[in-house]
Amino acid sequence: MRVGLFIPCYVDQFYPQVAIATMELLEKLGCEVVYPAAQTCCGQPMANSGFESYAAGCNANFIKQFRGFDYVVCPSGSCVLHVKEHLHDADESTASVIRNTVYELTEFLTDILKVEQLNASFPFKVGLHVSCHGQRMLHLASMSERMLPPFSKALSLLHKVAGIELIDPVRADECCGFGGTFCVTEEAVSVAMGQSRVEEHAANDVEYITGGDMSCLMHLEGILKRQRSNIKVIHLAQILNAQ
Amino acid sequence: MSTLPVSHSKAAEAFLADKPYVSWHDETLWFVRSKRDKAARSVPEWETLRELASAVKAHTLSRLDEYLVQFESNAKKNGIHVHWANDAAEHNSIITEILRSHNVQKVVKSKSMLTEECGLNPYLAERGISVIDTDLGEYIVQLRNEHPSHIVLPAIHLKKEAVSDTFHEHLHTEKNNNDPVYLTRSARTVLRNHFITADAAITGVNFAVAETGGFVICTNEGNADMGAHASKLHIACMGFEKIIPRAEDLGIFLRLLARSATGQPVTTYSSHFHRPAPGQELHLVLVNNGRARQLGRPEFRNSLKCIRCAACFNTCPVYRRSGGHSYHNAVAGPIGAILAPNLDMKNNADLPFASTLCGSCTNVCPVKINIHEQLWSWRQVLMKEGYGGKAKEAAMKTMAAVLSKPGLFVRTANTARKLMRAVPWLFNNKLNPWYRQREMPSAPAQSFKTWYKKNRNEQQG
Repeated sequence: MRVGLFIPCYVDQFYPQVAIATMELLEKLGCEVVYPAAQTCCGQPMANSGFESYAAGCNANFIKQFRGFDYVVCPSGSCVLHVKEHLHDADESTASVIRNTVYELTEFLTDILKVEQLNASFPFKVGLHVSCHGQRMLHLASMSERMLPPFSKALSLLHKVAGIELIDPVRADECCGFGGTFCVTEEAVSVAMGQSRVEEHAANDVEYITGGDMSCLMHLEGILKRQRSNIKVIHLAQILNAQ
Repeated sequence: MSTLPVSHSKAAEAFLADKPYVSWHDETLWFVRSKRDKAARSVPEWETLRELASAVKAHTLSRLDEYLVQFESNAKKNGIHVHWANDAAEHNSIITEILRSHNVQKVVKSKSMLTEECGLNPYLAERGISVIDTDLGEYIVQLRNEHPSHIVLPAIHLKKEAVSDTFHEHLHTEKNNNDPVYLTRSARTVLRNHFITADAAITGVNFAVAETGGFVICTNEGNADMGAHASKLHIACMGFEKIIPRAEDLGIFLRLLARSATGQPVTTYSSHFHRPAPGQELHLVLVNNGRARQLGRPEFRNSLKCIRCAACFNTCPVYRRSGGHSYHNAVAGPIGAILAPNLDMKNNADLPFASTLCGSCTNVCPVKINIHEQLWSWRQVLMKEGYGGKAKEAAMKTMAAVLSKPGLFVRTANTARKLMRAVPWLFNNKLNPWYRQREMPSAPAQSFKTWYKKNRNEQQG
């Protein structure tokens, strides 16, 4: 199985360890992982700012990089959602193939690789931050608003990790307030939302906040560091890959 | 030239200055959201009901013209005077004419967000007709010369101490008596007198039934009934989108409305009006005010399914931390943010950006409006129309250019990261909104791209 590794642009720049963990994890699980080195960004920052019309160049590059893989896998629900919903190109047939074979990491592990066991250990108290795009739009977990049976792809994977102690926040799926450019254009609200999330996890006395999207975690990390908190953020891939 | 309203982000920043107050506001609304969850959970067929409600509304919107005419014809048969208003100005002048022809001096009004949307209160006041809002929350904000901050809970932004001060000033209640029962009773006494002495009653409409020509008003306080039954003249105002085809459809909507709004199984009063009482005159004003335009926009048409339950307000983490007034529109919250640009793109261009697109609004919506997708779509429309400004357009063009050229991206990103490491104050300063209340992520020595080149180069194609 040939997997194209799609790494969000800001993860490439600021969180290489998350990309490495994702790659190692997929390799451990038997995938042939290729990172197309000329990939840049999915184009979501423009589109969510109202400038989807400017994303054509980005889309064309994305398609050039990711054509021909069995699957495209990415450790971000948000970026995957964008590709699934908005990747279009003059070469629409390739765009369509990619839209249908792009997977968020936990979704790929659960639904395609059907992972039953993980050789991972993470003996810490951890709070899960549920990222909205993965949850509400990719349906990686049930949603507190909907009256449907509960499930969570992230939690079912985390439960396979030895030694981990998971503690849920009270508002299990409230948005952290990152929101892309929202985090600077609506700075006051964004920070207030992030502080609420951090407060709940801190009350649970967790050592780590984890999640499927580094963007949310980057925002929460910024707040935690400003508060000189001891709580650290860590991407799910790093926990699932931890020995 | 009109000036733009204070932007949502600026207003939100001011709102957020008082942290304990904002926590209280957030918790209060979250409590309502939690009550909604509990009520929804008690109905096993909840998700089916939402599907049905959405489908009934979709059907109705697909032939709105027919249903409006059917409703008009049946309402007239019932003895209701039906008026058509194409915009807010017509709505206001029609009502003024009716009131003048009856020599009305004082009107009691039960909550109608449509009259807020049309600016009826100031319009009537300028013409010497006094309007008393009789919904308790709306009465409070009216005394304070404010607008409702929430379509179901108009005074939700006020703590009981503020209400006490307002009542002390206007109703001469005891100073610092913050007992809600005392305050409510005081307002009730004053309002009862208004009900008895008013010359006319104005109400909103929750549902208008095409097949019967009747309409339903839902209140918890019974104030619509008090007004409508005590007056010789009742004027009900409704937007086009309040139509439903059949009386039996009410079974779907009434079950969803109160549960979604406040977590009650049903509103205390669901009052059905079909014809004027003997000796009474009943008027109904059907209002377009941009609704036909919205109906003509395929990507925004579904916003007209809204039954004004405000569940999207209560669940919205942005609304809870910015307050209703920050939306500078009669209808605030996520639904307001997709309705307002239809009324005035220029003044409301900021509202679709007052969201993280988390999608919680879409999930609670009892009629399944895809609110977060419409927020996204409005962003595209507003930027295409040029409401983003030249600076934003230029910044986005530059970003798009860098991200579409892999070599340029690598050089730009590596330079930026090196700068962050070498000259952190370039980023860690007041001009950077990220840094105001958050630390910047630490910039690693090498990107993943560089690591990959060094460690896995052999695999590259």
